[in-house]
This record gives sequence, structure tokens and C-alpha cells, in this order.
Amino acid sequence: MDRKDIIVCFPHIGNYAYAFRYLMEKGFGVSYLIPPPITKKTLEIGSKYSPDYVCVPFKYCLGTYIEALALGANCLAQIYGECRLEYYGELQERLLRDMGYEFEFFNMAEIKWTSPKSIMKNLKIVNPDVSIAKVVAAAPTTIKIIEALDKFEDFIRRNVGFEVNNGEFDRTYNEFLAQLAKADDGKTVKKLIKDCWGALNAIKVDKPEHTIKVGFVGDYYTVQEPFSNHFMEKELAKFGMEVYRQMNFSCTIIHNQNKRKRDYAKDYVKFDIGATANSTIAEAIEFARSGCDGVIQVKSFGCMPENDAMPILQRVSEDLNIPILHFSFDSQTSETGVRTRLEAFYDMIEVRKSSERRKAV
Amino acid sequence: MKIGIPRALLYHKHHKFWTTFFDEIGVDYIVSPETDKQIVANGSNRAIDEACLPSKIMLGQVEWLLDKCDYIFVPRQKYWLKYEMCTKFWALPDLVNTTFRDKKVKLLYYDIYDRKVYRERKAVYKMGKYLGVKRSQIKYAYIMAKQAQMNFDMLRTQKQNAMLESSDKTKILIVAHSYCVGDKYIGEPIINAVKALGCEPIIADYIDEREGIRASLDVTTTMQWPYNRQLVGAVELLKDKVDGIILVTAFPCGTDSMMDELLIRTYKDKPMITLTVDAQSGTAGMETRLESFVDIIELKKQAQQQSATDGE
Repeated sequence: MDRKDIIVCFPHIGNYAYAFRYLMEKGFGVSYLIPPPITKKTLEIGSKYSPDYVCVPFKYCLGTYIEALALGANCLAQIYGECRLEYYGELQERLLRDMGYEFEFFNMAEIKWTSPKSIMKNLKIVNPDVSIAKVVAAAPTTIKIIEALDKFEDFIRRNVGFEVNNGEFDRTYNEFLAQLAKADDGKTVKKLIKDCWGALNAIKVDKPEHTIKVGFVGDYYTVQEPFSNHFMEKELAKFGMEVYRQMNFSCTIIHNQNKRKRDYAKDYVKFDIGATANSTIAEAIEFARSGCDGVIQVKSFGCMPENDAMPILQRVSEDLNIPILHFSFDSQTSETGVRTRLEAFYDMIEVRKSSERRKAV
Repeated sequence: MKIGIPRALLYHKHHKFWTTFFDEIGVDYIVSPETDKQIVANGSNRAIDEACLPSKIMLGQVEWLLDKCDYIFVPRQKYWLKYEMCTKFWALPDLVNTTFRDKKVKLLYYDIYDRKVYRERKAVYKMGKYLGVKRSQIKYAYIMAKQAQMNFDMLRTQKQNAMLESSDKTKILIVAHSYCVGDKYIGEPIINAVKALGCEPIIADYIDEREGIRASLDVTTTMQWPYNRQLVGAVELLKDKVDGIILVTAFPCGTDSMMDELLIRTYKDKPMITLTVDAQSGTAGMETRLESFVDIIELKKQAQQQSATDGE
């Protein structure tokens, strides 16, 4: 295959497709297809071909793959993890091949990280004449993009509920993303990031002195991909809440804080209980201690590690006197149900807060 | 001092090893009874709704043991034979600890926390030291226990292999984890139903561990769960000797949800049926499904024999 013909695609997770695009095009020298945004249709296609009881991220990924293959992608990529994620790649490849698609599959679970030969062999699936020097040269800018995306989204999450002109944050951010999709070198990216940060800070915000703060925790995919949690962050912002979230690529892959978080949660969990469960608990404790008014846990139905974290979170809720709301998303959870529960949660926090204030007076 | 061993999860895999070890070091122990409806109900009350049935049974068994012993033996097994286990086994001690926090439950820790080969021995030594047993005695007990478990497994495998060769009944392979097939609430009704239909149940879990894992390497490269690998290997090794396959899943088992799909896709020409067991309904409605499944197998068999005689 000629190197110009290779079109790589990675399933949607947040807005990180823009960072992957830069790494693939500048580092690996292949083109990258930013997959179309996830819709109900994606989930429908994904669920149709997936096993019944598998967790929802699997269905989202499969749906995205099928849509991307129809758009001309011919090299798919999948990462690995400690839970079922480890086995995603192989099974998805199997399912797609049985459906009759032809493509290359870059499965990171197959790489033995201790053997350079194995790493090289797998990287060559993406591009047969890959140059490690180029990949390394593209890495710093990729990391910069990821950090910028996380920083901006963090800022937006905290302020979007209080903007004076509706939709201004979204407009600025989407413009930035559109330009980022065309950026070709480190300098342009740097300038874009600087401009966008200035523009975001210039947006008028009307923030009262006491706001309701909510911590957002959960499993790796559901918490980061807005479609899979029914755009919960935006819903929360509409109620006028500040949303805090620690789980993102910067905090897990680039500046790994797993050990710190595991130590932080020592009182509640003695051992490593797998994947993101320890950080979920540590984050919930951290939010409770730093003055958040509530914590929301989102997860896919049947998520193995988060299931084990749930009873422990209930203890945290008892001990630190903080309400924790649990959401389990399946492929069929209705939007109205989610909104009703969020409304009730909001009302409950408000009543709690006002009664506390009255006590203080 | 008395140690309580809950009859759940890995007990069904290592029970000979554990009981022999405690016998040899001279520590008194008590094993909780076979699972019944009451234990499942107790466990379900304690657990969150989404937890899998075997872990609910675990909590029910621990609850039964609470006032009857000083320590409860809840092993944590992160790796087995160099493969990563399901995260439920990583979290088990923490889970029991949190669930029974107000009861002041004391756990006996036994932790296999990395993939090194000698980690099991180290874990046993640590536990023995905590119980105040001499090192030499632990060593002896460990060897005896290991041998007892090995003999038990080997005899079971041999017995089944002999039956595979000699029996001319319809043979049905039951693919289920040891803690499903060995449990009275989940596994026994299924095995009994298969026997009642005049078939010979073959248990996939009774196959040799290492042999199964080795065979599974041809089928899947990245699957990490050792016991699932063993089951996949068992199907690979026994596929020509059995007439049908039953996949038993305890709802909502995370690892099985993916393994079943792999098996269904790999062995397309074998008759296969999936039975899901959950805490509410148990195995109700299963007999009818099994009966029609066996009927189909027998019809298929007859048709094959017919065509074979016609060919001659």
C-alpha cells in the first residue's frame, strides 16, 4: 500500500481526535480521518453488531469504526487497558472482518512494550516505512495540543453556566477546533492556543459569589465522551453549576497521577482495584474535601472496576457528608430520565445549602 | 482461633489447597455451607444491583460466617499463571471490608499481586507468618497442599477423559467458570437437567489448567483472563468429542460477555446455547430450552448417521 493511501481512524473520545490527527499526519506521515460526531445512529449500528452484555464504550467504538470505514478509513486503531478494554481490539477486529470489511488494524494490546522489535513491528502496521525520529519530533506538539484541550475544557466547564451571551464559549471553542484541524506545524498550533486562551478569557462572565460546585467522576470513556453521558456537563451548566473534573488525558497519560491518587484513597481502598476505580474514589474524596457540594459518578452499565468502586463511594458519601449520584448508561437510557434525576439532585443540593446557610446565621 | 472460608468464587478452584494448608499448619477452620436461596438473598441485599451473581453469593457467604469465626479468609488474586484476572478478584478484600464495615470484620489477607511465578508461595508464607506458624511448617504445609490440589485436579481430569472415551450417550460440554459450575445455586440445576435428559455433562473447567491455556493461544492472542483462557482452550481441545456446547453466564459477567461472542464466532458448526443465570429468576425456564436444544442435537445426529449409511 502506498503511504499516501493510508487513512487512520481512532474512535471518538472527547475532542482528542485533533491531537491524534497531528500525531498521525506529522509523525507517522499518513492521513487521519476525524470521525463524524457520534449520533444515535452510531450507537444503533454499534449495538446491532456487538455482544449483548458488553459495556457501552465497545458499542460506541464499533459504531464509529463502521461509520469511518464507510467514509474511506482503512487503518483502525484501538488502545488497551486493565479491564475489558484489553480485549476490545481483538474482538472488534474479528467482528468487522466477519462483516466483510478490509482494513489494517493497529491493536496496541498486541505490543510487548519491553521488546523494541515488537513495538516496531506493530508501528509498521500504521505505516510500513515509519520513521521513529519523525514520530518523536511530532510528540511535543501533540502533547501541547492535548494539554491545551484539557485546560480549555476545564475552563469552559467552570464558566459556561454563567456566560452573559448564550453560546459564546461554544462558538469560540468550535472555531479553535476547526482551525486546529488545519494546523500543520508547531508554531501555528502554539499561536492558535495562545489566541484561543485569550479569547476565552475575554468572554464576559457573570459569576455570583457562591455557586454550586459539582465534581464529575466515572469510568474513562463515559466521563470523557460527552455523547455517552448525554452531554451531562452541559446540562449541569444550564442549572448554573460549576463542574469540576480531573479525569482527562493530561492527568492520566501525560502526567500520570495514579499513584498519588491511590495513596490519597488509602483510608477506603487498601489495594489497587483496577483501571480507573481508585482514581474515581480519590477524586470523589478530593472534591468532597475541597468544598464541592455534590459528586456525580457516571459509568457504563456493568463496568467491572466502577462497579466495585460504587459501594466504596457510598461509604465516602456517608463519612464526608456529601451527596453522590450514580448514573449507569446503557445503550437505551432515556434522556428525560437523566434530566429528571439531575433536577432532583440540583434541588436537593440547593435545599441543603440554604438550610446550612440558615444554620450559620 | 478459627478461620472462616466462604464457599464462593475461588474456593471452587483452590478448595483442596486451602483446606489442606490450614489442616497441615494446625489452624481450625470452618467452611460456609452450600449456597441456597437465603444466602443469595442476603448477598443481594448487601451488594449493589449491578454486581455479578458470584460476588453477591460471596457477600452472602461472608455474612453467614460473620459471628462464627475470628478471621475471614478472602483471597486477592490479581494474576494467575502470568495472566491478569478479572478486576472483581482485585477488589474482593476491599469490597468485603467496605460492605461489612460496621460489623468490624477481620480479614485474613492473602495477596497474589504480580505475575511472578513464586508470588503464590510468597503470599502463603506471609499469611502463615501472620498466623504465627513456623517457617519450616509453612513450607511443609505448602508442598502438601499443592500436591493435594494437584492430585485432586488430575484425578478429576482423568475421570472425565475416561468417561469421554467410554460413554456413548450424547455428550454436552458445559462452559462455565468453576464458581458457576461448582455452585449449588448456579451450576447444579443445569448439570442435573442435562443428566435428566439422558445426556452426559462434560465440564470444561475440569480440564488441565496449563493444557487449556496452551490450547487457547491458537484461538486468541490478547485475552488476559486465565480462567476464561482455560475454558476457550477446553472448547478447542474437546470440540470434536462433544455433540453440543452450553455457555453458562452469571449475569452480568464482564469477561464472559466477550468470551461467549468469541466462541460463537469461532465454532460456528457446533450447536451452542447460552444460559444466563441471575439472582432473581435463578435457573427457571431453563429446562424447556435445554430440552429443545438436546432434541436439535439428536435430530442432527440422526441426520448425520442417515447420510453416512446412505453414502455407503
